Amino acid sequence: MSTYDWLIQLAQTALVLALAPLLSGVTRKIRARLLRRQGPSVLQPYRDLLKLIRKEAVVADNASWLFRAAPYLILATTWVAAALVPTFATGLAPGAAADIIVIVALLGTARFLLALAGLDVGTSFGGIGASREMLFASLAEPAMLMAVFTLSLFAGSTQLSSISAYMLGPGAGVNISLALALVALIIVSIGENARIPVDNPATHLELTMVHEAMILEYSGRHLAVIEAAAAVKLLLYLSLIACVFMPWGTAVAGAGVFACAVGVIAWALKLAALAFLLVVFETAIAKMRVFRVPEFLGIALMLGLLATILLFVSRVSR
Amino acid sequence: MSLSSPCCLSQWAASGVGVLLALSVLGIFAARRALGSRLIYAACGAVCAGLAAVALIALLAPAAGPKSVEIPIGLPLARTFLGLDPLSAAFAVIVNLAASIVSGYAIGYGAKLREPERVVPFYPAFIAGMNLVLLAQDAFSFLVGWELMSLASWALVLSEHRSAENRRAALVYLIMATGGALTLLLAFGLLAGAQGGYSFEAIRRVSAPGVGPIVLLLALIGAGSKAGLVPLHAWLPLAHPAAPSHVSALMSGVMTKVAVYGFVRLVFDLAGPPAWWWSVPVLLIAGITALLGVLYALMEHDLKRLLAYHTVENIGIIFIGLGLALAFEASGLRTAAALAFTAAIFHVFNHSLFKSLLFMGSGAVLNATGERDMEHLGGLIHRMPVTAVAFLAGCIAISALPPFNGFVSEWLTFQAILLSPQLPQWVPRLLVPAVGATLACSAALAAACFVKAFGMTFLGRPRSKAASGAAETDRGSQIAMLILALLCLLAGILPGFVIDTLSAVTQMAVGARLAPQSALAWLRIVPIDLHRSAYSGLFVFVMILLAAATTAFAVRRFASHAVRRSPAWDCGFPDASPATQYTAGSFAQPIRRVFGSVVFRAREHVSIPKPGDTAMARLRVELRDTVWDALYAPIIRLVEATAERLNRMQFLTIRNYLTLVFAALVTLLIIVGTWR
Repeated sequence: MSTYDWLIQLAQTALVLALAPLLSGVTRKIRARLLRRQGPSVLQPYRDLLKLIRKEAVVADNASWLFRAAPYLILATTWVAAALVPTFATGLAPGAAADIIVIVALLGTARFLLALAGLDVGTSFGGIGASREMLFASLAEPAMLMAVFTLSLFAGSTQLSSISAYMLGPGAGVNISLALALVALIIVSIGENARIPVDNPATHLELTMVHEAMILEYSGRHLAVIEAAAAVKLLLYLSLIACVFMPWGTAVAGAGVFACAVGVIAWALKLAALAFLLVVFETAIAKMRVFRVPEFLGIALMLGLLATILLFVSRVSR
Repeated sequence: MSLSSPCCLSQWAASGVGVLLALSVLGIFAARRALGSRLIYAACGAVCAGLAAVALIALLAPAAGPKSVEIPIGLPLARTFLGLDPLSAAFAVIVNLAASIVSGYAIGYGAKLREPERVVPFYPAFIAGMNLVLLAQDAFSFLVGWELMSLASWALVLSEHRSAENRRAALVYLIMATGGALTLLLAFGLLAGAQGGYSFEAIRRVSAPGVGPIVLLLALIGAGSKAGLVPLHAWLPLAHPAAPSHVSALMSGVMTKVAVYGFVRLVFDLAGPPAWWWSVPVLLIAGITALLGVLYALMEHDLKRLLAYHTVENIGIIFIGLGLALAFEASGLRTAAALAFTAAIFHVFNHSLFKSLLFMGSGAVLNATGERDMEHLGGLIHRMPVTAVAFLAGCIAISALPPFNGFVSEWLTFQAILLSPQLPQWVPRLLVPAVGATLACSAALAAACFVKAFGMTFLGRPRSKAASGAAETDRGSQIAMLILALLCLLAGILPGFVIDTLSAVTQMAVGARLAPQSALAWLRIVPIDLHRSAYSGLFVFVMILLAAATTAFAVRRFASHAVRRSPAWDCGFPDASPATQYTAGSFAQPIRRVFGSVVFRAREHVSIPKPGDTAMARLRVELRDTVWDALYAPIIRLVEATAERLNRMQFLTIRNYLTLVFAALVTLLIIVGTWR
C-alpha cells in the first residue's frame, strides 16, 4: 500500500463529496430542459447548501441529541460508503478492508439513523416517512444484496476492484444473470434515491412523500448536511453501476497520473450518461401509489434471486 | 498438577457449579432481605466471571492430558464425567460472560422485584443447570443439567404467578420443555446403543451405525424446541417475557445458546460424519425461522415479546450457519465448513451480548414506567439518557449494521453462502441462494423492527403519564448495560480476535479452522483470501469517525452557530396531543399489509358510523398465528377430546373395571406371545 495509492484514495474521497451536489444540479437541469423549462444553474445545489448553512437552525422543542447528531453520522456513513466505490481508479487502498456488502450495510446504517431522526420529534409526518422508508428498504436491501451476490459469484470476489477487473477481462460476456442483476440494481437505485416513480425529490406537502417527510423538521445546517448526504448517495449508486457495468477507462491499481486523468474524464462522462438516462426515465413515468412500490421493489428482489439461482445451478464459481 | 492443566480446569469449573447450587440453597434464606438477594446476585456474578475465565483458559490453551474429571455422584451404573473440551469451553465463555454481566445488572434490578423469594433461589440454580449442560461429558449429567435448567427457568417464569397470562406461558413452556428433554433422552439412548456407554468418549468410540439421521431429527426437535426453531418456537415468546427482565435476558440471550450447544454437540460431535442431505432440513427450517421470527416481532407491540420473537429470528440465522457447515463438511469442503461454523458461533456470541443488553434495557424501561406496551411509551431518551444510549447500541448491533458486531457474523454467513456453488449436490445449490435471500430479507426487516422498537420507546413524545414521569434506572444497571454495549462495539471492530479464539472449536466440530486473523493489517478479517473478500471493522469505524469529525469541523468553522428552539413544524399542523404521533401499530401497518396478509392472514375491519351517528369509528386488526392454528390447535383439540372420552372411565362399576383389567392382561399377553 504505497503513499500514491493513499493519495488516490484521498482524491476519490474528496471528489465524491465535492461533485455530489453538481450531479444533482445536472439531473435537475436535464429534467428542467426535458420539461421545456429553463431550469436553475447546475451550480444551484451548492448555492442552496451555502444558503442553508448560513441560516440559523430551528430545532423542535422536544428534539433530543439524536436529532442533532444524526445528520453528521448519516453523512459520514454515506460518505464512507461512497468513498469505498472505485470511481476513476480501482485498487483503492481500503478495498482490502471493506467490500460491497459493507457498502450496502453502511447505507443501511445511514437509513436506520435517518428513520430514527424522523421519529425523534414525534410528529405524524416523521413517522409516516420513517415507516415507509423502512418498508421500502426491507425489499430494496435484499434485492441489492442478491444483485451483489450475482456479481460476486461471477467475479469470485466481493471486492469491487476485483469485480470491476473481472468485468473488464475476457471472462465476462453478455449473460442473462448479469442483465437481471443490472435491472435489479437500477430498480433499487431508483427506490433508494427517492426518485420517481417511488418518491418525488421535488415534492413537499404531499402525503405520498417518504424521504422528504422524514427530514421535514430539519432546517439550517442540519438540513444542509442531510441534503449533502442524499446527493452523495445518488452519486454512489450511479458510480457503482458505472464501476461494475461500465468499467471502461477506469485507471487500474498503480496507474500513472495520466491514466488517472483519463479515469476522471471517463467517470464524469459515465455519470452524465447515467444521470441523463435516469431523468429520461423519471420524466417518462408517473409516480406510483405507495402500496404499488413494494411490488416494484419486489420485482427487483425476484430478479436478483433469479439471477443468483441461475448462476448457482449453471456453473461452479471460482 | 499445574493450575492450567485441563483436568484441574475441569475441577475448577465443576466446583463453580457446586458453588452456584449452594448459592441457590442460601438464596432461600437470603431472599428475605434486600441485602441478601443483592449478595446472592453479586456472588453469582463473581462465580460466572470466574467460570468464564476458567473456560477461556481452557479454550486458548488446549493442553494434553485427560480432558474430563469423574465426579463420584450419580447413578450407580452411569459414571459422571465433567470436562471442558473446546466446544464446551467456547460456549461456557459465552454463557458465563453474559450471565456475569446480567447478574451485575440484577444486583440493582433484582432488589426492585415484589417477591424476590420467588426469584433469588432459582436464579443460581438456573445458571448452574446451564453450566452443567456445558460441562457434561456424559449423557446422564447432560440431561440432568438440561432438566435443572428447564425446571429452574420454569419456576422463574412462574415467579409473577398472579397473572393468568404468565401461568399459561409457564404451562406451555413446561410441556414443550418436557417434550424436548424426552427427545434428547431418546437421541442419547440411540447413540449409546446396546452396550450403553453413556459417556461422550464411549459414544464417539462405538458410533452406532445408521442412527445419524434419527439423531439429527431428534436433535432438531429437542434442542430446536429449546432454541426456538419454527414451528417449535410457540412457548418462547410467551415464556421469555413473563419472567423478570434479568431472567428474560438470561433465557433469551443465554439459555437459547445452551440449546444451540446441545444441537452442535449431538450433530457435529456425537452423531458421526454427516451426509450431505442433513443440511437440507436444517437450512429449510432455519430460513423459515429467520423470516417468520422477524415478521412476528414486527407485528408485536409489547417490547419484551418483540425481543423474544427476535430471538427466534437470530436462532434462525445461527442455524443457517450450522446448516451450511453441515453441507460443506459432508462434501469435504473443510475451509468453507470452518467459515460457516465460525459465522454461526460468532453469531451465538453476538446474540448473547446484544439480546441480554436489550432485555436489560427493556427491564429498565419496565421498571421506570410499569409499561411493556410500546403504544404507551415514548420520549424516554430525555428521561433515561444512559439506558437510551445502551439500548440504541444494542438496536444497531442486532440490526446487523456496521460497525457493530451483528454485522460481522452476518457478513461471515454471507461469505459462506457465496462459497456454496462449490457444493456438488443440486438440492443445496438451489436451496442456499433462497436461504441467502431470506437472510438478507430478515436483516432488512430486523432494521425496520428495531427502528420501531427504539423509535416508539425512546423517541417522540411520551404517550402516557407513566412515560412522561419516568426516571433513569440505578447506576449498577447502567454500568452493566454500558459494558455490554461496549462489548458489542469491540466485537464489531476487532472481530479477528473473536475468530481466533473460536478456532479450536471449529477445529473440533468440522475438522478445520480459519487462518489466524488477528495479526493482519488494519485488524481485518480475511476468511478465504484477500482477493475474495476482507472486512476491517476498525478501518470502517475509524473512517466513519474521521468523516463525521471532518463534517462537524467544517460545519463548526463555516456554518451559523445559531440554534432556535421552537414548536415542531409538522407541515404547519402542529398538534399538541401526543396521540397524533405515529404509533407502533401505524409504523408496522405498511409492513403488515405487504407481508402479513399472507403470513398472518391479517385482516383489517373498519367500521365507520353513518353520517349523523356520534359513535366512534373503529379499526380492528385481526392477526392469526398460522403456526399455532395449523400445528398446536389441532393437537390441543385432540388431547382435549381424548381426555373427554377417557373421562367416562372414571364412572364405571367394579365389574366393568375388572373386565377392563382382564382385557388389558389378555391383550398384553397376546402381544408378548406374538412378539417372540
